[in-house]
Amino acid sequence: MRSFFQRLARGLAKTQQGLTDRIKESIGLRPRLVEQFFDDLEAALIAADCGVDVAATLATETRHSCERDRVTDSAESLVRLKAAMAQILHSMDAVATPPDSDTPPRVALFVGVNGAGKTTSIGKIGCHYARVGRRVLFASADTFRAAAGEQLEIWAERAGAQLIRSVSGADPAAVAFDAVSAARARGLDDVLIDTAGRLQTKSNLMAELAKIRRSADKARGDSGGAAHAYLVMDATTGQNGLSQAAEFAKAVQVEGIVLTKLDGTAKGGIVLAIAHRLKIPVLWVGVGESIDDLETFDADEFVTALLG
Amino acid sequence: MGIMFGELTDRFESILKTLRGHGKVTEKNVEEALKLVRRALLEADVNYKVVKEFLEEVQAESLGSKVLQSVTPGQQIIKIIHHGLVNILGGQHRPVRFARSPGPTIWMLTGLQGSGKTTTCAKLAARFAKSGRTPFLVACDLARPAAIQQLQRLGHDIKVPVHTGSGRPLDVAMAGLVAARAADRDLVIIDTAGRLHVNDELMQEVAALKASVQPTETFFVADAMTGQDAVSSASAFAGRVGIDGVIFTKIDGDARGGAALSVVKVTGAPILFTGTGEKVDDLEPFHPDRMADRILGMGDVVSLVEKAQAAVEAKDAGRWEEKLREGRFDFEDFLEQLEQLKKMGSLESLLGMIPGVGRQFKGLSLDPRAQKRMEAMILSMTPSERRHPEILNGPRRLRIARGSGNSIQDVNRLIKQFGMMQKMVRSVSRSGRRGMPRLPIGMPQM
Repeated sequence: MRSFFQRLARGLAKTQQGLTDRIKESIGLRPRLVEQFFDDLEAALIAADCGVDVAATLATETRHSCERDRVTDSAESLVRLKAAMAQILHSMDAVATPPDSDTPPRVALFVGVNGAGKTTSIGKIGCHYARVGRRVLFASADTFRAAAGEQLEIWAERAGAQLIRSVSGADPAAVAFDAVSAARARGLDDVLIDTAGRLQTKSNLMAELAKIRRSADKARGDSGGAAHAYLVMDATTGQNGLSQAAEFAKAVQVEGIVLTKLDGTAKGGIVLAIAHRLKIPVLWVGVGESIDDLETFDADEFVTALLG
Repeated sequence: MGIMFGELTDRFESILKTLRGHGKVTEKNVEEALKLVRRALLEADVNYKVVKEFLEEVQAESLGSKVLQSVTPGQQIIKIIHHGLVNILGGQHRPVRFARSPGPTIWMLTGLQGSGKTTTCAKLAARFAKSGRTPFLVACDLARPAAIQQLQRLGHDIKVPVHTGSGRPLDVAMAGLVAARAADRDLVIIDTAGRLHVNDELMQEVAALKASVQPTETFFVADAMTGQDAVSSASAFAGRVGIDGVIFTKIDGDARGGAALSVVKVTGAPILFTGTGEKVDDLEPFHPDRMADRILGMGDVVSLVEKAQAAVEAKDAGRWEEKLREGRFDFEDFLEQLEQLKKMGSLESLLGMIPGVGRQFKGLSLDPRAQKRMEAMILSMTPSERRHPEILNGPRRLRIARGSGNSIQDVNRLIKQFGMMQKMVRSVSRSGRRGMPRLPIGMPQM
């Protein structure tokens, strides 16, 4: 994780460099400089997609805390800001379900908008599971997008996972049901279900997602817990990420986020807004196109990278 | 055009309503209003630097004595904001470029992973096949698993040939050009792998590809949900590859699409098309001035009319006019309108174009399955029932319900809705209005 965030820090876009350099420069916060410093802090948070509300709240809180304790050093102010940010993300630690608590097979449903990186994330996570000795099944319930099944099939080969897929246009809920039934019959540990990308405003498609989840639960029977739903989100996502998280959570009770494509210059600050408002934690981070480019989320490192 | 800027529009509307309320605008009023505009733009994901520059310009102009002393200062400021938005969004709209003969025209699509390049390739091919071109797709995304199969499948669906190969993307592209010329195709559309702008090697690759292929247009495909970072990726692609135009995808969601302003500002390239849905027809030309109108709550009436015109072919329109004059409307007509509605795209995207309506109907979507069920019921009627709906008695309704796999309540509901439409048509004919028939977008309970 560390090496990646160092890379990320190096890859900073020019537009932001001036801003974060200014923040990180250690200065004494004389009255004349205070205003500018906290404005810069707020701007840096906005530039990282944290959103206007979260940025303003964090900047104001940090300022108050500094004034209260007579902090006059910008470096110390920055430490306090990072702590406040990390606290928002850490408050999620309890919410994050430990993945091994269910009786097998554990069922995970991957949902998200088009192009977020669902299929790739399943490939990587499945490979991670397979490496620790779990027996994994991939299910392609994306029967809409052309060649989505083929794409998952290639990932299944790479990850050493079994695969259930159907013909294009088939009922995705039926695929999910078959996959979970097959995993039970074969005594497998994990079922990872890929779903078609959908915009959260398409109510009929969101209803379809809820149905996929219901049939996965039905196939699982009363023996174990219900299926776990994970929202896959592109790190470049802006404020629409809040609406995505809210709507997908409404449809399938999202338990965690897979934040993808964090190897660019996007900071993924929207997850801070999501954690703040919706209390949904980030669990995994995607950092490249190869099968190993997946990392578990670390709030402290994330916060450090976010501020450059 | 969807409801992309819908929320931004709402915000501007409410801000400017307060501006309009003041008889005379002071500097302080302007500053206050612009603060709200800043917030709205930031929440819409316009890059913070772009926002800053934009507002500085607006403020400077708004504080001119002409504005402050005018009888309608609010409207003056609206004008300035509107004008500024049009300026950023590209000023003058330009049509997409084709190569002079002998051609062929070559378009290359570039962008980040997951922005929608492959889907957009197929949409472009379908659109220009319809207008008489002979498109040819070249699958140069050799990185993403099954990207080639995806393009092949899409090409098959729209009956456009797809060139594939293996090895280096450059070799595939060059072989594709040879194949396109041999097959006498006049529009070559090249799909490339998604890449991050910080990946030197891959940026080099796409730059080299462009240098060899010499495309007529190099497009940057951008996702409407992109946040602040749109500025970094777009400027990197513009700097290292060179961008002629932008295609803005997934605007059928509720993303406010401020990235459009950012991308255009940093690349200097116009947005030429927008992706408005998952279907292959869901691609529309982009008009910066109309988009600015939308932002300011004026609605996108022109697009709506054009869309409706494309769906209702000219000769049909004449026939409709006759029907309307006579006040005739039967289930055959109803069925035809359902077909047209399908051609026009989603109800949501239509409603979004009507001024003042977008807001009320936000989130409302017509379930395509409901539409299908209606069709099934009408198709289960006999021709004479369709032409003379008044003969639909109990036993007939029951038969229709069974024949179409619906309940009798569904059939009754359909007939009731039909009755309302019929009434609407009659009132139109009585008022002697001519021209376009009212499409069933005003239909309640759908």
